Amino acid sequence: MNDIAVTDVLDCKGLNCPLPIIKTKKAIDGLASGDILKMIATDPGSVADVNAWCRRTGNELVHSEESAPEFVFFLRKK
Amino acid sequence: MPEEGGKKVALIASRGTLDWAYPPFILASTATALDMTCWVFFTFYGLTLLKKDIKAKVAPQTNPAMPMKMPFGPKAFQNFNWPLPNFLMGNLPGFETVATSLMKKTFAKKGVATIEQLREVCIESGVKLIGCQMTMDVFGFQREDFVEGIEIGGAAMFLEYACEADIQLFI
Repeated sequence: MNDIAVTDVLDCKGLNCPLPIIKTKKAIDGLASGDILKMIATDPGSVADVNAWCRRTGNELVHSEESAPEFVFFLRKK
Repeated sequence: MPEEGGKKVALIASRGTLDWAYPPFILASTATALDMTCWVFFTFYGLTLLKKDIKAKVAPQTNPAMPMKMPFGPKAFQNFNWPLPNFLMGNLPGFETVATSLMKKTFAKKGVATIEQLREVCIESGVKLIGCQMTMDVFGFQREDFVEGIEIGGAAMFLEYACEADIQLFI
């Protein structure tokens, strides 16, 4: 998915729960509405956590992909 | 910062060992990341988690199911569960320090934040950390023993908030 215009990239590789979510929240807070954050994680738990975080906060998971051992999330700020 | 009118979380942190220090700080920091308001009431041994210098250790003798893992070496070696009998873990002088050091190293290697880092995130993100006044009096702690950014209170203060909370957990 190279056609998504990414505003910022957050590297959460090697980090475990709850750091990817906490850092994602911090990064999203620094963006403007509609901006896209690309977050890369290696924690398999981040897949369920990112989905839950989006449902709870209203930010949108535009796209996600897995290329072992990495999980990549494209998040649009509400 | 938590949203006005959003979900509320009320936690009680009652234990002061390293393993039990994680759940309240993980849940509280994540709660604010989910735009929830969170209060944590630190009471009894849990109150030591608010001290400037956290000296929490893990006590294997009280956790017989605790896997003994090595933070170094090949993966098979790390995943091996060292069959240390409980009487040995409980009675060997210094074993608690060894186990604490191994747990800290393993956690760091697995990318888990330290207790101090998680506590800092909690304070920065607006979690209300409350130290129990009664426990302070009983254990002889002073306000200056604790980190900045916390409050001191009692059961009524916590309960007033907790009765309006969506999630209440005793840890």
